[in-house]
Amino acid sequence: MAIRFTLNGQPVSVDAPADKPLLWVLREDLEKTGTKFGCGIAQCGACTIHIDGSPTRSCVLPVSAVADRNVTTIEGLDSPAAVAIRDAWRELDVVQCGYCQSGQIMAATALLSANPQPTDEDIDRQMTGNLCRCATYHRIRAAIHRAADKVSEGDA
Amino acid sequence: MSTASNVNMNRRRFIQVVSLGSAGFAVGCSDKPAATGTAVDSAEIIESTMNAFVKIASDNTITVVAKHLDKGQGVTTGLAAIVAEEIGADWSQMRTEFAPADSSRYNNLFFGPVQGTGGSTSIANSWTQLRTAAASAREMLRAAAAERWQTDLAATRVEAGRVVGDNREVSFGQLAEAAAAMTAPVEPNLKDPADFTLIGTHLPRLDSAGKTDGSAKFTIDLTRPGMRTAVILRPPKFGASVASYDAAAALAVPGVLEVVEVPRGVAVLADSYFSATRGRAALTVEWDEAGAEQRSSAQIRRDFAALLNETGLVARNDGNALATIDQAARTLSTEFEFPFLAHAPMEPLDCLVEISDGEVDIWTGSQLQTVDQNIAAQIAGVAPQNVRIHTQYAGGSFGRRAVPDSDFVAEAVSIAKAQSGSAPVKLIWSREDDITGGRYRPMALHRVRASVDDDGRITAWDHRIVSQSILKGTPFEAFMENGIDNSAVEGANDLPYAIPNMRVDLHLASTGVPVLWWRSVGHTHTAYATEVFLDQLAREIDRDPLELRRELLADQPRYLGVLNKAAEASGWGQTLEPGRGRGIAVHKSFNSYVAEVAEVSVAADGELRIERITCAVDCGIAVTPDVVRAQMEGGIGYGLSSALREAVTLTDGIVDQKNFDTYRPLRMHEMPKIDVHIVDSGEAPTGVGEPGTPPAAPALANAIAAATGQVITGLPIARQLRDG
Repeated sequence: MAIRFTLNGQPVSVDAPADKPLLWVLREDLEKTGTKFGCGIAQCGACTIHIDGSPTRSCVLPVSAVADRNVTTIEGLDSPAAVAIRDAWRELDVVQCGYCQSGQIMAATALLSANPQPTDEDIDRQMTGNLCRCATYHRIRAAIHRAADKVSEGDA
Repeated sequence: MSTASNVNMNRRRFIQVVSLGSAGFAVGCSDKPAATGTAVDSAEIIESTMNAFVKIASDNTITVVAKHLDKGQGVTTGLAAIVAEEIGADWSQMRTEFAPADSSRYNNLFFGPVQGTGGSTSIANSWTQLRTAAASAREMLRAAAAERWQTDLAATRVEAGRVVGDNREVSFGQLAEAAAAMTAPVEPNLKDPADFTLIGTHLPRLDSAGKTDGSAKFTIDLTRPGMRTAVILRPPKFGASVASYDAAAALAVPGVLEVVEVPRGVAVLADSYFSATRGRAALTVEWDEAGAEQRSSAQIRRDFAALLNETGLVARNDGNALATIDQAARTLSTEFEFPFLAHAPMEPLDCLVEISDGEVDIWTGSQLQTVDQNIAAQIAGVAPQNVRIHTQYAGGSFGRRAVPDSDFVAEAVSIAKAQSGSAPVKLIWSREDDITGGRYRPMALHRVRASVDDDGRITAWDHRIVSQSILKGTPFEAFMENGIDNSAVEGANDLPYAIPNMRVDLHLASTGVPVLWWRSVGHTHTAYATEVFLDQLAREIDRDPLELRRELLADQPRYLGVLNKAAEASGWGQTLEPGRGRGIAVHKSFNSYVAEVAEVSVAADGELRIERITCAVDCGIAVTPDVVRAQMEGGIGYGLSSALREAVTLTDGIVDQKNFDTYRPLRMHEMPKIDVHIVDSGEAPTGVGEPGTPPAAPALANAIAAATGQVITGLPIARQLRDG
């Protein structure tokens, strides 16, 4: 059945089983492969996307749940917080294998959007659901702080 | 071996025309004479091949052909840095692409005729080869400029991507076609390291942009026209096989296209991963478990433990350790236990295969291209040269993608061959397939004994290891000597401490659980046993663990260099508040020296927090220091992760852990602060992908012992802390 939603600002209609996880609809039906498969049980965060701005694990979410909602993937992430996060990621060369980083950036952007000056504890709370086997965690932490500084400087 | 002549031999006049506006690449080749000095048509970019490793395009980009897989260790950036330095480029010009599978040009010089990535050898084996290739290209560029200007070669020099002469200059891109036609010098002069301007400086990673906007492609992201997605139902016990299966219910699942039996199980081919996994869930398979491993890991452990009391194959025997210990009044003995570990890279294993007209195309993060190529050729029934491997970025590996029997690549080719028709097939492993799929870091038991004389000197050291061979039964078995698989004793049989009597022996027990090299391989357990035991000895003889190591390494300047650096930077010796402890460990692996100091706090309720790790590394010349730092950080995180909680266990032959809910790696809130210090060195570069890992767990354990008095002798730590 056709399910309609907004993807990265554009209306889309997709003909997929209602219970197909959004992750696989994005990757297989809509060719948005920046969102990654890591575990399939919402334990690793590689599949994190935004639904109406909230970070969500797309691997366990049936596509039917996003009918008429706004879905944002790494490819469409362009808010000021996202730009600051992405810039900080590049300045600090956070990535190693890079596979989990779409999910990390989605989670970090949501954090910064909701909380412009996150503490280490805030970062722990928000980011602990996103696994990185390359253990880039402490660069992720540094990059979130840097992005927060950038955003606050931008506001000043 | 002469790398210069290799470069010359393989220099070919091969120009790729890259069409801008088209999604494709490599539209054609030409050997028309170079049109020196003509304006470049803005619609096309001419790429000229200088040699097997360096291509220069008319848009002034330089592409380094990377013979090594980048699985996160940043080797593409490192290889590009070597070329950029020696050719005289500006960093912004640099690009990389993965080399095709071709062991005649792209073998790992440390692996003989095999093209592959592993053992932290990529930069080390490429160092002179790439410098020579880039220097050769530089000389060809200068020669082309001299010819263009009708001047002496001596009147030209390179500078940031340009050849500069008397009051004139021309970009590499403008010279590339003419330069490619020049004769390559046999032994081009290499730069004096004192003149390096890029190596050793901060160079941004070349893969950061694509890996932060979703555009970087991994194998799992690729599609081909008409592609089918496959998953395999594998036997629940290692060594079992398919007795019979019923595909009817699976074939009834919408989207399922075909079900085929392959050597490793029953494969479901479908229009999507979603359909394929649904089809797999509907499969009914009867397994023949006659040859399967039926033991629980607890039983395997008991069987290993029985061997601890028997003499093994001698891997080192200096002096007379056994007699010295037998006669000593004061001895210490500790047994250590290490579980099976999964690599669990974030990108599940995957491989895309297309077989058509006697040719095979494989897209995957291939870590042993030559092995994968040969095995794919055997399965497909074609000549190896008819197997093309398109190496992709791998979303981690940690050794998992370097498999002597090609594992997931072989599976994918088997499916592509077994299906009806010739559709491209992409095999994807689920996370459950990965965690339960074997190829683990072997289980190991160690017993270390030592004797101490009346003056508190360590007089003998006797180290027995029971583990499982990684090499046995594979083509790499030829590397075993006298029955010893060095991957089980490395780090123990070359222990550097000045102890007069030292003995190491080994039992290679067999299990049906497939094992594999796992980031830093044998060093993962040998470094732990040796460094934790040395701290126990230090306490026994009332010595500071740093001072004792300094004494035992007095003749080992590179060990001392990292030891002293890490100690100084960590504030070793300064008083800590109650409940805190510091621990140190030093270990050499893959020819690099690493010392780490861990600082932990243990709360009254026993909750452990790793506060920080101070690391010092001597890896020779640090080609890209920030990548070296990143590899130490990541290697430490990987080591801490395994030490804290990771273990694969089996019950009656079936793996207990299934996914990241039960196999639980380190997470953000557990990651300590890490400071990495790189010791200055003029030595040739050595490995960095793995050497950060071995000292992490023993430094942590030594810190816990300092804080609590509890010696962790069995990993993971969580198990022993919980059990008290």
